[in-house]
Amino acid sequence: MSSTFSDETRARLEVDAKEIIARYPRERSALLPLLHLVQAEEGFVSSAGIEFCAEQLGLTAAEVTAVATFYTMYKRRPAGEYHVGVCTNTLCAVMGGDEIFASLKEHLGIGNDETTEDGKVSLEHVECNAACDFAPVVMVNWEFFDNQTPDSAKKLVDDLRLGKDVVPTRGPDRLCTWKEASRVLAGFSDGRGAEGTQAGEPSLTGLRLARERGWTAPDPDRLPAAPAETDEEGGA
Amino acid sequence: MSTSTTLTPVLSANWDRPDSFTLESYRSTGGYEALRKALQMEPDALVDLVKNSGLRGRGGAGFPTGMKWSFLPKDNPNPRYLVVNADESEPGTCKDIPLMMANPHVLVEGVAIASYAIKSSHAFIYVRGEVLHVIRRLKHAVAEAYEAGLLGTNILGTGFDLDVVVHAGAGAYICGEETALLDSLEGYRGQPRLKPPFPAVAGLYASPTVVNNVESIASVPSIVANGIEWFTAMGTEKSAGFGFFSLSGHVTRPGQYEAPLGITLRELLDMAGGIRAGHELKFWTPGGSSTPIFTDEHLDTPLDFESVGAAGSMLGTRALQIFDETTCVVRAVGRWIAFYAHESCGKCTPCREGNYWMVQVLDRLENGEGTEADLDKLLDICDNLLGRSFCALGDGATSPVMSSIKYFRQEYIDHLEQGGCPFDHAKSTVWGGDR
Repeated sequence: MSSTFSDETRARLEVDAKEIIARYPRERSALLPLLHLVQAEEGFVSSAGIEFCAEQLGLTAAEVTAVATFYTMYKRRPAGEYHVGVCTNTLCAVMGGDEIFASLKEHLGIGNDETTEDGKVSLEHVECNAACDFAPVVMVNWEFFDNQTPDSAKKLVDDLRLGKDVVPTRGPDRLCTWKEASRVLAGFSDGRGAEGTQAGEPSLTGLRLARERGWTAPDPDRLPAAPAETDEEGGA
Repeated sequence: MSTSTTLTPVLSANWDRPDSFTLESYRSTGGYEALRKALQMEPDALVDLVKNSGLRGRGGAGFPTGMKWSFLPKDNPNPRYLVVNADESEPGTCKDIPLMMANPHVLVEGVAIASYAIKSSHAFIYVRGEVLHVIRRLKHAVAEAYEAGLLGTNILGTGFDLDVVVHAGAGAYICGEETALLDSLEGYRGQPRLKPPFPAVAGLYASPTVVNNVESIASVPSIVANGIEWFTAMGTEKSAGFGFFSLSGHVTRPGQYEAPLGITLRELLDMAGGIRAGHELKFWTPGGSSTPIFTDEHLDTPLDFESVGAAGSMLGTRALQIFDETTCVVRAVGRWIAFYAHESCGKCTPCREGNYWMVQVLDRLENGEGTEADLDKLLDICDNLLGRSFCALGDGATSPVMSSIKYFRQEYIDHLEQGGCPFDHAKSTVWGGDR
C-alpha cells in the first residue's frame, strides 16, 4: 500500500482538515479529529493517513503514530463495514455479554479484532459503553443495540452481512457504515441528529414512577420553611 | 430511618417528550430562562451562588463545583476555558449519556452560564467517541443554540460571546481523568499530569481552566432558576441537591432514578421492583467499579458523600451495579481488574505493573490454581498501588480487590478448594435467571 494519499484524495481531505483545524485555538488539538477523518477515508489509520495528519499539523509521523496507537478506536487494520463491539466488562459479562461474544465468534468464524472474509463485519470485545441499564449491550459502528441475547446478536450480524436494513435501539433511522461513522466523529454532521428516540425505556423508569406517584422536585415558590438562612438568591 | 424519600426529576423531567432534545421542546419547559437571568447577574455573583448552593461535582470526586470556579486566578492574562468532561466510561456509570441523548440543551445552557460566570469565551465538550448518536445530538443542540443566538457572539444582546466545540474522544478510559483529558484535547496521548499545578491555574494550553462533569454543569441552570434554598431543600447538609442513581444488573427495573442525595439502596430497590424474582442481593457498587463494593449490610446506608465514605466506600458516580447470589465475585473482580490493566496509560509503574500482576493472580485464583497466599499477594500489590501514581486509576483498581477480599474471602478459598469456579455463570445471565 502506498504510504501517501493520491493528489486527488489529498486535495479533498485538505479542505476538511482546514475546517477541523480552524475549530481550535491551537492547531494540534485537531489531531484526534484528523485521525478520525483519515479513518473515514480508508476504514483504518494507515501510514498514508498518519503522514497526512503529520503534514497538516507540522508534526513527525512518529509523533502522530504515538497518539494514534494510544486510542483503541483507531484501527491499524481495515475494520469491517460494520464494526461490532460486545461489552464484556463485568456488568454486561455477568448479564450475558460473555455468552454473546462467544456465540458471535463461533457464528462468524472469527476471533477478537478480526474481520469476516467478505469484509462486512469485524468483531471486538469492548469496555463499558455507559449503557449498563440496557445490559447486555452490543455496539455496531458505535450505535447502541440494547438488551441483546446470543440469538438477537447472531440475527443482527446476519442482517448486516445480507445488507438488510438494521436500525439501532437508540440511534438514527438507519445504521451508517464504519467510514460514515468515522466522519461524524471527525466533526462533520450527517444531518441525522434529530432522528430516533429521545430515550430508551430504562432511562424513563424513574420518571414514569415519579409521574405515577405524583413525585416532583420541590416547588420553588412553596419551599418548606428553612432554618435561618442568608439572603435568598432564587425566587420565582 | 427515613421512609419518605421520593424521586425528584429535574434534569430528566422532560425526557418522556418524544422531542425532548429539541430547542423548541426545551424552551417550552422553561429552557434558557436561567441563562437570561444569569446574564443579568455579575459573574462573581454566579460563582458565589453555585458555591453557596453546595453543588458538588457529579463526576465522582464530589469536589464543590463553585469552589472550582472560584480558584481561577484573577491576575492571569491568558484566556480562560471551560471543559466539560463527557467522557463517561467508569464501569457501571450510565447517566451522562442518556442525559445528553434526551436533553442536550440543559447541558448547553449550563455551559453558557458557567462560561459567563468564569469569564470564558471558549468552551469544549469532550465526549467519548464510542457514542455516535450522543455526539450527533450534542452537535445538533449546539447548532440550534447558535442559530437562536444562545451561543456565538453577543448572546441575547448582552455582549457576551461564547464558542462551544463538541470534541469526540477516541477510546481511552483514562481521558475521564481531568488532566489526561486536557492532554488528549491538546492532541496528545491522554496521560495524567502531575498536580499541582491544578487546571484552574494551568489547564488547557497552560491557561486557567475549569473541568466539570456533564451532570454538574447540567445542574447549574436549575440552581440559577430556582435558587439555593430550592436546591438545598433536597439532599443532606453536606451533600446538597439531587442526582441520578443508575441501577443496573440483577434488578427488576434497571434504569435512571433522579433522587435527592441521601436516598438508600433499600428505597431505590423498592422503587425498582426489587432484586430480580427468586433471587437475593449479594454485592453492589455504590458508585462504579472504582468504589469498594457493598453488601446487604449496607442497604440502609444513606447514599451521600459522607455516609458512603464512613461506611468504607465512595459515592462516586452513583452507579449502582447490583449483583445477586448467582454472581461469582472472583470473576466479577477479575474482569474489572482486566479492565484497569487494559486502560492503565502506562505512565506510572505501580499502576501499570500492579494491574498487570493482579490480572495474573486473579486469573489463577478464579481457575482454582492459586493458593491462599495469593490473597495476601493481592493485598500487598494493592498496598503498593494505592496512592502511588499520578492519578486515581490505580487507586480505583484496588477498591474491588480489597473490598471483595474483605467481604468474600471464603469465596476465593472455595475456588481453591474446589479447583475451579463453583458458580454456573449461565444462571447470572438475563435469560438464565429462572434455572
